[in-house]
Parts: sequence; structure tokens; C-alpha cells
Amino acid sequence: MELLSIPVGVAHYLVVGAVLFVCGVICMATKRNGLGVLMGIELVLNGANLNFVAFASPMLRAEGGNALGLDGQIIALFVIVLAAAEAAVALAIAMNYYNNFVTIDVDRADELKG
Amino acid sequence: MSVETIHWHTFFFLLMALLACTMAVAVVVTSNIVRMAFYLVVSLGAVAGLFFLAGADFLGAMQLMIYVGGTLVLLAFGVMLTARGPFISMRTGGGQWILAAIIGGSLLAVLLQVAFSVKAWTGRSLAQHPPAIEAAPTAGPIGLALLGVRPDRLDQQNAGLRRGMSGYLLVFEIISVHLVVVLVGAAYLARARKRPGQQRAPAQPSPSRRSPLPVGE
Repeated sequence: MELLSIPVGVAHYLVVGAVLFVCGVICMATKRNGLGVLMGIELVLNGANLNFVAFASPMLRAEGGNALGLDGQIIALFVIVLAAAEAAVALAIAMNYYNNFVTIDVDRADELKG
Repeated sequence: MSVETIHWHTFFFLLMALLACTMAVAVVVTSNIVRMAFYLVVSLGAVAGLFFLAGADFLGAMQLMIYVGGTLVLLAFGVMLTARGPFISMRTGGGQWILAAIIGGSLLAVLLQVAFSVKAWTGRSLAQHPPAIEAAPTAGPIGLALLGVRPDRLDQQNAGLRRGMSGYLLVFEIISVHLVVVLVGAAYLARARKRPGQQRAPAQPSPSRRSPLPVGE
């Protein structure tokens, strides 16, 4: 229980971000449902966001200061907005694909294969 | 250990981190798309809690509103519109799982090694700083930075460096136009379209359909 009595640092946040990132990558690689791939992308973006926020926070540092400050939070905000835009377009494409081919399996989207 | 020695910031961090990580793993291992959507909601909500614990209150609120409230509702509608019969639960082959586990495990090992390799990232020690959290609202500074002023860098002495810290007005404009274009494009892509085989609906109702109820002879 030593873990409970020490203050958290940037490294702890990086661990959580790494776990989310790796889960997202595995999700993108293994899911056959197109929407599952989208969920993997959301996980990857959240892992990156968590790193930005951790580096921006001055109270997670050993020395204080020398942090990204506002920059990290604003970049994370932009990532959230871009993720929303990406989800809207990708979902529209998935709906179109489902309407045309009556399946959502990404392995069967091979019309462009040479 | 006694209750007095528990650092409550760390306690809530561990709670949220555990929730986020277990739910992210659950998203990966389950093959049911509806359950994946639910686990993702919980995971992203826990990430919002982690944002709050890092002092980013405005960002945590935005995460809850845009991500959990907007993007995931969109995703849930996609799941509901396509979750039919065989598409609810699609399994992946064992070989792909093994390959993904090897690649993901090695990636995780590298990232964890990097995370603990820098001395300045290990956090404050209790002797140097009392366990207190400086609560400073960030909504005002973020709004000013989006308008082109950096209230947190006003003490920069170097004039050349100060010119590079001129806020995010241009990025804000670009991302606004980008969002509009993307949403118009999404609406265009997702519009209702007739299949080639479908009959065109009659523009004028035919005389026989105008009176569906049989009137007297």
C-alpha cells in the first residue's frame, strides 16, 4: 500500500495513457466490425490527450514549473474537436457502406483490391 | 496503514486510472459491439475524471460534453443502426489475436520504460511540498488564448519569444472552418439515397390513391 501515500506524477499519467493507447491499437488491428475500429481510434486519441494534460499540469512535476502550461490543454481541446469531426465523417462512411453492401465487416470491403 | 497517511489525490487517481484501464481492456476483449460501446463510455468518463485530477477543469468538462455526450451518442446510434443478427458479435481469428498481443505488449513495454526513465516526471515528494492541490480555473485563460492573448506567458522577457506565444486565434479559425466543412460533408455522405433498383415515388398521387377509402358508388 505504499502506492497510496505518495503523490502522483507525470509518469503515472503516462502509464494510463500508454495502456489506453495500446488497447486502442489492438482494438484497431483485431476488430472486424467497422464501428469497433472507430472505437479503437477514440481510445488512441484519449491516450494521447491524457499525455498532453499530464505534461501541461504543473502540480505533477517534481520541481513544479517547466510545464507545457496552457499549450497542452489547448492542444488537447483541439484533439477532442477533431475527434468529433472524424467520428462524424467515419460514421457517415460506415452507414453508406452498410447501406450499399448490407454488412459492416471491414474484411469484406475489398472492392478496391487489385 | 492508517487513514491519515492516505494521499487522497492519489487515491482518486488510482480509482479513475483503474476504471479507465480495465474498461479499455474490456473494449478490446469483448466481441459484442453493444457492450464495447458501453465500456467505451465508462472508460472515457474515467479519463474525464483524470483530467479533473490533473487540474484541467475546463478540459474535463469538455471531455464529458463533447466526447461522452456527443461523439459516443453518435457512435451508439451507429451501433444501433447496424447491430443486426451476425454483426452484433463478430469474432477474430486466433492468429490475429496472437500477433496483436505481441505487437501491443512490446509497444507497452517500450512506453512504460520511457515513462519511468525521466527523473522530473516522478512527481513531488511529500517532504518538499505539502499535499495540496492548487485549484485555478482554466476556462478564462483558455478563452483568452483562443482569442490571441496568452495570459500565462505575460512575464516572458524575451521579445522574440513573446512574439511566438501569440495565442491560438489562427488555429481556432482554421479548426472552426474545418469543423463546418466536415459536418457538411458528413451530412452529404449520410443523406438518404435511393438504391438503383428502387422505384421512384410518384410526385403526384394518382387518382385512384387520392381517395383510399371507398366512397359510395
